[in-house]
Amino acid sequence: MAKDQTPKADELFSTIDYKAPEKSWMDTPVEFKPGTFCHGSRPKYLELLHMPYPKEWKPGEEDWKLPENWKEIFLDGMAERLKKYRSFKLFMDICVRCGACADKCHFYIGGGDPKNMPVLRAELLRSVYRKYFTTSGKLFGKTAGARELTVDVLRELWYYAYQCTECRRCSVFCPYGIDTAEVTIIARELLNLLGLNTDWIAGPVSNCYMKGNHLGLEPHTFKSSIEFFLSDIEDITGIKIEPTFNRKGAEILFVTPSGDVFADPGTYTAMGYLMLFHELGLDYTWSTYASEGGNFGFFTSNETAKRLHYKIYAEAKRLGVKWILGGECGHMWRLIHQYLNTWHGPADFLEVPKSPITDTAFENARSTKMVHVAEFTADLIRNGKLKLDPGRNDDIKLTWHDSCNTSRGMGILEEPRYVAKSVCNHFYEMPENTIKEYTFCCGSGTGLNAGENMELRMRGGFPRANAVKFVRDVHGVNTLGNICAIDRAALTASMDYWVPGIRVAGLHELVANALVMKGEKERTVNMRNEPLPGKEAKE
Amino acid sequence: MKLNALLLEKKTEIIEKWFDAIVACYPPDTAQFLKNKKDRFTNPMGATILQGIENIFDKLLPDNDCSDIAPFLDNIIRIRAVQDFTPSQAVAFIFLLKKVIREELRQEIQENKLYEELLAFELKIDNLALSTFDIYMKCREKLYEIKANEVKNMTFRLLQQANLICEIPGYRPDVKDDDNIKK
Amino acid sequence: MRALTPFVMVIALVLLAFAGIKTANLHFLFGVVIPYAALGTFIIGVVYRVLNWGSSPVPFRIPTTCGQEKSLPWIKQNKIDNPSSSLGVIMRMAFEVLLFRSLFRNMKTELKSGKVVYGSEKWLWVAGLAFHWSFLIILIRHFRCFIENVPFVFKTIEGLDSFLQIGVPLFYITEATSGVLMRYFYKVHIVGVKILTMGLISFNPDPKILNEIGTIFYVHLFLISVLLAYFPFSKLMHMGGVFLSPTRNLANNNRMERHTNPWDYPVEVHTYEEYENDFRDKMKKAGIPVEKE
Repeated sequence: MAKDQTPKADELFSTIDYKAPEKSWMDTPVEFKPGTFCHGSRPKYLELLHMPYPKEWKPGEEDWKLPENWKEIFLDGMAERLKKYRSFKLFMDICVRCGACADKCHFYIGGGDPKNMPVLRAELLRSVYRKYFTTSGKLFGKTAGARELTVDVLRELWYYAYQCTECRRCSVFCPYGIDTAEVTIIARELLNLLGLNTDWIAGPVSNCYMKGNHLGLEPHTFKSSIEFFLSDIEDITGIKIEPTFNRKGAEILFVTPSGDVFADPGTYTAMGYLMLFHELGLDYTWSTYASEGGNFGFFTSNETAKRLHYKIYAEAKRLGVKWILGGECGHMWRLIHQYLNTWHGPADFLEVPKSPITDTAFENARSTKMVHVAEFTADLIRNGKLKLDPGRNDDIKLTWHDSCNTSRGMGILEEPRYVAKSVCNHFYEMPENTIKEYTFCCGSGTGLNAGENMELRMRGGFPRANAVKFVRDVHGVNTLGNICAIDRAALTASMDYWVPGIRVAGLHELVANALVMKGEKERTVNMRNEPLPGKEAKE
Repeated sequence: MKLNALLLEKKTEIIEKWFDAIVACYPPDTAQFLKNKKDRFTNPMGATILQGIENIFDKLLPDNDCSDIAPFLDNIIRIRAVQDFTPSQAVAFIFLLKKVIREELRQEIQENKLYEELLAFELKIDNLALSTFDIYMKCREKLYEIKANEVKNMTFRLLQQANLICEIPGYRPDVKDDDNIKK
Repeated sequence: MRALTPFVMVIALVLLAFAGIKTANLHFLFGVVIPYAALGTFIIGVVYRVLNWGSSPVPFRIPTTCGQEKSLPWIKQNKIDNPSSSLGVIMRMAFEVLLFRSLFRNMKTELKSGKVVYGSEKWLWVAGLAFHWSFLIILIRHFRCFIENVPFVFKTIEGLDSFLQIGVPLFYITEATSGVLMRYFYKVHIVGVKILTMGLISFNPDPKILNEIGTIFYVHLFLISVLLAYFPFSKLMHMGGVFLSPTRNLANNNRMERHTNPWDYPVEVHTYEEYENDFRDKMKKAGIPVEKE
């Protein structure tokens, strides 16, 4: 904690020509540096979720109040997961250390800590695996890359498991498809067996479990939050919108991350949904029970994630809707796409999604019965069902940030671009190796978007910001578009630090600006209440 | 202005040594990566540092005007302000230039008796070092401002709903401005 | 330092084989027993490892998607990097296994007169490809020792490979060295070698031939045997692992076909009923419909 103390004279003199020590990673003990880690989970959250070993604890302190048999719990948990997940078992075994992944992690690129190289991050756990689960590790120990599981090793695993955003960028480049996200997911599961979650994750999880959304908005507050937008929308467009909540018999259930319901700039995107669905006359309902598309449970354990996402199908069934429409969110969509149906399917009480406006059947969602709102809107625009005035976005020079989860865990790349280009006249791509499947993480995914680890978040956000800066300098880009609620919050912060002046906007905020609604008054301001291009004088 | 010519002549060597000295404060693997990866998007840190020190060097030359040097300093310090460095370590890179130049030009300076010019030049570096503190502090303050803004972004709507925020007709409170929050 | 330990070990192995043949006359041990034992270890070991990996199920379908998904008919899907069919997966795996598609992705951008230019940073890919392919060719070339009538394709490859005889890790280099020594310098009794290998392969080795073959061949054979036996225990097994990788060998058809988790179990959930019980009054007050009045 050198930052907190006055340095001693000899420290001062040595710093000018400071050289990092040359040591192998195993001999470099972990140091909890302020600004890089989150607070420990408070016991009340874990108790509420019936999760093991709730306690007051501080990650930066020595005593983690571990149960006596913590080692046994950890290793048993590991053995169980080696049997359950082929991915985990395989990824513990097959790395050849070719180094293709080393410089692909945004935390490594922006921070320079070698233990953030995906290969080394996985090696932290792999070394424990070798010691207890392989013959060579048992026999040859350190020579075979194995090491004893000690409290220090546990602390190191924790520190780096919460410095990985499970963005999967490394897995794109790995010749064996080793996905560090899988390793991090398991590492976090194991740490959760000992009650070692972060507060920023455990809090939203327990909120979501009891109240339906991460923020813990109770049903009436959730409803009034959305109703609050309606007066803003009326001010801007002159149109009164009346959405429904928990309405039985609606055709479509709409689920979106709750962050957009209350945190700017996501709120403008939420207003965009309301306006679009109103304009279409869509027979849809919000739910206060399934009021969260995101899932911080996924950053805790597979079981917790499954517990939280139960509500989506359950609510669809209770309300008797035909299919589900999902809003813009990154990890929500990885889970809906790759996990939801396996957890809670088959959803045979629903129908194959079909757009009531264009009659397009979404065959690609025929089993899960959930459609991404960008797919839905792209189809509308393609079929000429929306009247758009992209000129209203002429003050925007847009570039597009692909979110990790939707790019590398789903592949929704062109739909949002099609929509964005239909509503914005000025669109510029960032360099090729920073977008689409190569996209850089915002730096704050997987529940790392807390305040106390801001330095870490900024490091992780640097590679993305660096590419944005480039298009700003070359093309004068001023807006960074995306389809993820965490991006909207996290990139706002990261842009503010690295590339001030860039604003962050969700796709449907841009749609809302351009959407010409039946019976609207002449619009003079955009969704943010700023004058539209050409209307400045009238303000 | 003999020193100016000398510095220009040895620019490549000086920049290279300066860069090496800066990256040496990162762990060896990382130093390798910062040095060897030339891609400015794969290796934005290395690229920013290298480009930054080149520009700083050019601006610092005795014959040049260094009034608009701040952005280049900012680019580098902004990175180091969020990394695992103490404040002094974060800005120390500027002093490394002195060391590199003394080592690199020792002989020439001795032969040509350029001490006066060297002292003047080093004074320029010292002045620059002072402004690195300013920039470093600005970066750190920005971090805290961002933290505060995030909290405000998250609570503004709720306060608004709970009628805890005064509405000034025709004025939409800027969330960066906390004067509107009633106690 | 890191390269030294394996180097010393390889030298020790070479000396061991040398001593075994030259001084102890253990032709039968080095020519028959060890190769069989090594081959047995190799086969059993590899099968065990692959079955062992395979015994852990794939609870979720988690391909890493590296291109546009299949969605609306007018949006062009990237059928190889984001496959939605078995054929796509086969293509993806083929690119991965034969051409190291993922390593090929290493890109380099440069600024040339203000414009971004993409160059390739392919040394890792080229080196990997050259190494593995030359290894494969060397392997195929050895088939001539195991097959009565050498097919045409193998002969063609022989013409090709002379420039490919490069090996990176030390162990292979030594193998290659002993191989090269045999072929160009020591001129081992090649017909004898063939008789021995044919004998080994038909499980009917001819003990008489053993003494006629040069020592260097035994060194070569011994090193190969050690490599074979070591293979299943080492990270060389990545060869088998790559085929099993769930981020590569699954189709991204998650929303089209349901994937089942064999160890799925019911979890504790918070039902709507409980939720309504918690908030019924507030919901009613806010005009949100409820199940029980």
